[in-house]
Amino acid sequence: MKKTIIAAVALALTATACTPGSGSPSGGATAPTTVKTDAAALGQVELTVWDQEVRGGQAAQMAEQIKGFEAKYPNIKIKRVSRSFDDLKTTLRLALSGNDAPDVVQANNGRSDMGEFVKAGQLLPLDKWAEAYKWGDRYPASVLQYSRYSADGKTFGEGNLYGLPQVGEVVGLYYNKTKVPTPPASWAEFEAALAKAKAAGDVPLQFGNLDKWPAIHVFGTVQDQFVPADQITKLAFGRPGASWKTPENQQAAETLVSWVDKGYFNNGFNGQGYDPAWQDFGKGKGTFLIAGTWLQADLQKALGDKVGFMLPPGGKPVTGGTGLPFAITNKAKNPDAAAAYINYITSPDAMKVLTSTGNLPIADTATQQAPAGLAGDIFKSFGTAVSTGALAPYLDYATPTMYDTLGASLQDLLAKRATPAQFLDKLEADYSKFAGK
Amino acid sequence: MSSPPGEPRRIGYLYILPAFLVYGAFLLYPLIRAVHLSLFQWDGITLGKFVGLSNYLDVVRDAGLRAAFGHALVLIVFYSVLPVVIGLALATVLHRARVRGLGFFRTIVFLPQVVAMVVVAVAWRNIYSPDGPLNDVLGGSRGWLGDYTFALPAVGVIGTWIETGLVTVLLLAGMARIPSERYEAARLDGAGPVAEFFAVVLPAVRGEIAVAVTLTVIAALRTFDLVYVTTSGGPGTSTSVPSYEVYHRAFELGQVGSAAAVGVCLTALIFLITLGVNRIAERA
Repeated sequence: MKKTIIAAVALALTATACTPGSGSPSGGATAPTTVKTDAAALGQVELTVWDQEVRGGQAAQMAEQIKGFEAKYPNIKIKRVSRSFDDLKTTLRLALSGNDAPDVVQANNGRSDMGEFVKAGQLLPLDKWAEAYKWGDRYPASVLQYSRYSADGKTFGEGNLYGLPQVGEVVGLYYNKTKVPTPPASWAEFEAALAKAKAAGDVPLQFGNLDKWPAIHVFGTVQDQFVPADQITKLAFGRPGASWKTPENQQAAETLVSWVDKGYFNNGFNGQGYDPAWQDFGKGKGTFLIAGTWLQADLQKALGDKVGFMLPPGGKPVTGGTGLPFAITNKAKNPDAAAAYINYITSPDAMKVLTSTGNLPIADTATQQAPAGLAGDIFKSFGTAVSTGALAPYLDYATPTMYDTLGASLQDLLAKRATPAQFLDKLEADYSKFAGK
Repeated sequence: MSSPPGEPRRIGYLYILPAFLVYGAFLLYPLIRAVHLSLFQWDGITLGKFVGLSNYLDVVRDAGLRAAFGHALVLIVFYSVLPVVIGLALATVLHRARVRGLGFFRTIVFLPQVVAMVVVAVAWRNIYSPDGPLNDVLGGSRGWLGDYTFALPAVGVIGTWIETGLVTVLLLAGMARIPSERYEAARLDGAGPVAEFFAVVLPAVRGEIAVAVTLTVIAALRTFDLVYVTTSGGPGTSTSVPSYEVYHRAFELGQVGSAAAVGVCLTALIFLITLGVNRIAERA
């Protein structure tokens, strides 16, 4: 019997002794040489689409787009699988390496998602279709860079196009209109407004940093004021040729620390959750809130016409990005049909649908019939940011570890556990270790 | 009909086969596979590269990871030592006083065990928040979970709150089995409540203490959900724990091999500690 057990264990070992990942292809997927754009002539096709558009307005727009697409091209049937963002993120890896992979997927832009999939050759480069459908005219370069990778997945922000997003987002200033009747017109005026709010006994900037990442957006907003746009883009995409150890970055870090010293943030911000912080702002506590457009619906509901949104004053770059881009997998049975679908859901008509369902369309934002109130502010701000090419990528895109390095280092910096110089040393170490390779 | 019942003896293995198959498929195979993966540098998608034991060397060399294991050891104090001490006191009082509605108290004390950990974590996140109930009581507006000194103890206290109930109920069951003659004998010898506790109660519930320590130490070392929801390892890295690192490396950084190595080390550590606890309990 003992022998049988040993044999069983040995068998189990040999069964597992194959190198992990040996079942998947390696190297970049090859781009198709010719593409067809006449979707009606593709014959009977069934497309499996994985997306994460599950919330109210998102779900509504997706359902409407699919209905429209299927009506226009009755020969193509869409089989939609929608999961929440987290579910999609964790299941996509396995799904893409399986034999029954979906045709179109919504993949997060970052290196640990889209970058890895590109490296593994699981996504098709879309450049041929982009040419045929003229996506370059539809979307500005500052938007498309978020879905560009080199074929080996190493360079982010340049190279082949791997996806097309539908919606945009930008980090700006929410302000309470009862306390700030005229929004600041320059960065100096903004800092003066912070000082005034402090003197009046209010919390100048609502801030909850328990979740680590919120400070990335606040720091990015400050950094945009001091550091040249091309430097930020290189640092944020983790491309060589830039440095964290510059006087400008030092100035940005020092400015942030000076805000802590002057008491511009609420007490105990490192121990305050992100949601409670903006909820406090929604209750009328605090003058400004540095946050993304994703809070629009909630803050509108809480504050009504008492809340406004603006880009950080001064005409400098602004931190922002795109929603999850739609990409075509290398296992897609009919890539032309998949491209036709992506083309349809990002067309000018699709942007109108996005607007009418309460989303922030990424193209032609300024020309949309902008809603009134806060949503109007946001449409105008985003339109300005995109049309002036001022969109600066999220800093944590830089390296696979930057999200953590930056989040933890910023908590250290804000709690004065690290000096601005030490803070920049840590970021530089993470960045150069990756970009230097 | 010639052989006696139970013969041939080897037929016994047939009886354990169903259970063994389940055990093998869901425990042994994943474990072996994890050990196997830990020898590779693998991102979860492309072809892995065999790197031998270098992932394990990194576990030892990585200062951040060493700190994470250190935090786990601190958590043992909060998850295991404190609950056993509090549990002993609580169980003794509940057992001796024969309070009315003992069942009610037992339920209340045990309740944290039943509530889902994420719910517990969200509730405590609110309690600890700068404008939360704890600061209302103490005055001030410290962000407990964002404080470099207090974040780890703050997470630990949640663990104490959760595990105390389990330990108390375990010990109560143990104390209920002590024959009343022993108390009588102790009292005849002139023992007060304290002497009685050390002479009668403590030796009698040694087995229950061993079980309690084993369960709570395991809970301390594999803490994940609590840290994930309350602090995500912050502020800085002051509350990072090994199991959080496993998740982080495998799912966020795409370092599956390294994550498996951390997991295997954690399994080994838990195994050694529980082995030690049980050895001591048996010998004493």
